[in-house]
Amino acid sequence: MQESDIKFLEDSFKKYYFEHFDLIRVPERTFEREFGYQKFNSGMIRHISIKDDKELHLLFMQNIPSDVYCSNAYYTFPNLPMNEKDWKEADLIFDIDAKDLNLSCRENHTVSICNECNEVSKNSAHCLKCNSTKIEKKSLPCKNCIDSSKTEVLKLSEILIDDLAIDKENIHVYFSGNEGFHVYVYDSQFQQIGSRERSELADYIMFNGVIPETFGMKKFKPNRSSFPNFNENGWRGRFSKQVFGSKSKRSKIISELLVNGYSSFQKTLDNVSEKIGVKIDPNVTMDIHRIFRLPGSINSKSGLTKILCKNLTKFDPYSEASFLSDESIEVFANSPIEFSLKNKKFGPYINEKVTLPTFAAVYMICKKLATIA
Amino acid sequence: MLALGQDEIAKYPFLADAGQYLKDKGFTLEQFGNDPDLKPLVAKAFERIQVAADGKIYKSELIGEKASKEAALPREVFSFLLAIVLLKLSGMHTLIKRFSLAEARRAEKYLEKDLANISDESKKELAIRIIDDLFSVQVEKLDDYFVISISDYLKHSINFHEREWKLINRHVENGQVFLTPHETVRLIRKELGTYINSKIINAKTPTMIPGFEDSVNKLVLLSKKFITFTVTTGEYPPCIKHAIEELEKGENLPHSGRFMLGTFLLSKGQSVEDIAPLFKNAPDYNQRVTLYQLNHLAGTSGSGTKYICPSCEKLKTQDLCFAIPECDNIINPLQFGKKRK
Repeated sequence: MQESDIKFLEDSFKKYYFEHFDLIRVPERTFEREFGYQKFNSGMIRHISIKDDKELHLLFMQNIPSDVYCSNAYYTFPNLPMNEKDWKEADLIFDIDAKDLNLSCRENHTVSICNECNEVSKNSAHCLKCNSTKIEKKSLPCKNCIDSSKTEVLKLSEILIDDLAIDKENIHVYFSGNEGFHVYVYDSQFQQIGSRERSELADYIMFNGVIPETFGMKKFKPNRSSFPNFNENGWRGRFSKQVFGSKSKRSKIISELLVNGYSSFQKTLDNVSEKIGVKIDPNVTMDIHRIFRLPGSINSKSGLTKILCKNLTKFDPYSEASFLSDESIEVFANSPIEFSLKNKKFGPYINEKVTLPTFAAVYMICKKLATIA
Repeated sequence: MLALGQDEIAKYPFLADAGQYLKDKGFTLEQFGNDPDLKPLVAKAFERIQVAADGKIYKSELIGEKASKEAALPREVFSFLLAIVLLKLSGMHTLIKRFSLAEARRAEKYLEKDLANISDESKKELAIRIIDDLFSVQVEKLDDYFVISISDYLKHSINFHEREWKLINRHVENGQVFLTPHETVRLIRKELGTYINSKIINAKTPTMIPGFEDSVNKLVLLSKKFITFTVTTGEYPPCIKHAIEELEKGENLPHSGRFMLGTFLLSKGQSVEDIAPLFKNAPDYNQRVTLYQLNHLAGTSGSGTKYICPSCEKLKTQDLCFAIPECDNIINPLQFGKKRK
């Protein structure tokens, strides 16, 4: 990224942090957390401990970071190297990202930026200009991406509440600032479990590693009555609803499953997993030392804020998570794909000089689709 | 510590304080070595170890007639305590391990029976208390099931590699896992073995007791049977091959895949400089960053922690496993192609 772009982004971010510090959610037990941040064109600085919101504010004002992170874990000494921190516990976290949902719409709004010659083209495996395969992909997520991610969040919440007995009040959902959602679970029975246990929990939520026996199918002498009922709780109930469709079809479908046999049933399970399993990123959930984007901070992949979703179904990130100013700025834009922000449409732009409001200019510069003119 | 009756000590002899038990009964170890009436108990102790070494479970005399029970109970406890003395004198760790596991499985049978005991509430209570005291797992009875919290379940189930123990294959409701008495006890088998093992390891080794020599020598001979040699084919497992192929094609291998590849090759003795060129086709390749990260994995920079290759289970979760029949139920890619001889 060129100097003038960085300066522009830093000025815009600084203004946001100055005016909207109230949106930063200083985490509970601040002094037990590890903080970290990145500056534009620079590496990660982590193992920082912070006393309170004043100190955090100072960090923002002095460093003007591109991204700020905070641990889900609680430590006795958050500022020491990892193996001396003395890990105490960690909130349960989930990351749901539109890029992991195998959505067909993505092809339409992904651009390929060549790392060698900077050529921007619509989704392609190699550069159309210099044929290099060193391609960076950037996506301008659409409404379908956000809606599909929301569906996953709702599926996740249902499992957290019904199966894992987590209080609804202890589940906080945030828009990640780019293409998905971050879900936090506080004060649960899982605070102190380690990484391997969390990985198992992730498999449970994703419907990974299921064996036919769990749903009544046995290699030898399977028994009709051990198949799940429509009104059962947990995965057996969700499986019934997906596979049988309705109560009346249950018996007929079980007969079919029995005829098709054990290995076919395993395939059914794999297909069902794709539909009813929740598509979380397991690496995030199993990481107990992660520093995770700080709620209320700006995501430098987009210039949008990671913000709490009070009403998920109605939430529209492109109007509710954009807090940068309307002030005009002139940029060279090269975006083959159009996008909407704050209820305004932008693009497509083909290598042209345009005057845009700051929030849209920041979005495009963050996506590497524009530079300051 | 739990207050135990005579028959409970016989079922769960590892709960007894060995020294105290002998004192209470008015015996010294030396007596077992030279008193003709007691000496057969040393032979019985040896037999108990031999059965364990063969991978079987020692059959107790407790099942016999009631009349002989009075005499049988202390014999049961003595043979266990003497077995420990013999093991300590032999110093053979493989035998201690096998013995602990076999004794754990023996105790498991009693625990299961006690848990499922409907007619004697106190037996069930004791089993529940043993599980709680020893392993901090709180079990509650609910209809025909025993329920434990998911977090407690996970702490133990992660030690199993069979898929049936995965949380997804369990009856989960309301933050709890529902188990049969058999499953409840099976869940803590490994820890029960570890508990017995650590009790034996931590016990003081006595000086050789006259009359014990023969049995001890036989144990040393017995343990020789378990020395194994391993050979490796040197071929890479499919997950590693896949990762290398992806990189060669210039595909963007995820961070977790790079971690797996790096740690695997480092464990196989390759150097950071050998490994780094593998990544040069990656779309985001940067030599400096690659070397930094590999050095970090090798423990030559940063905190000095040497990272190890993730387990097959973890790789499955991360979508990096491409198992083939030759994987043969290994639990870590590093075991691929290793055969015991």
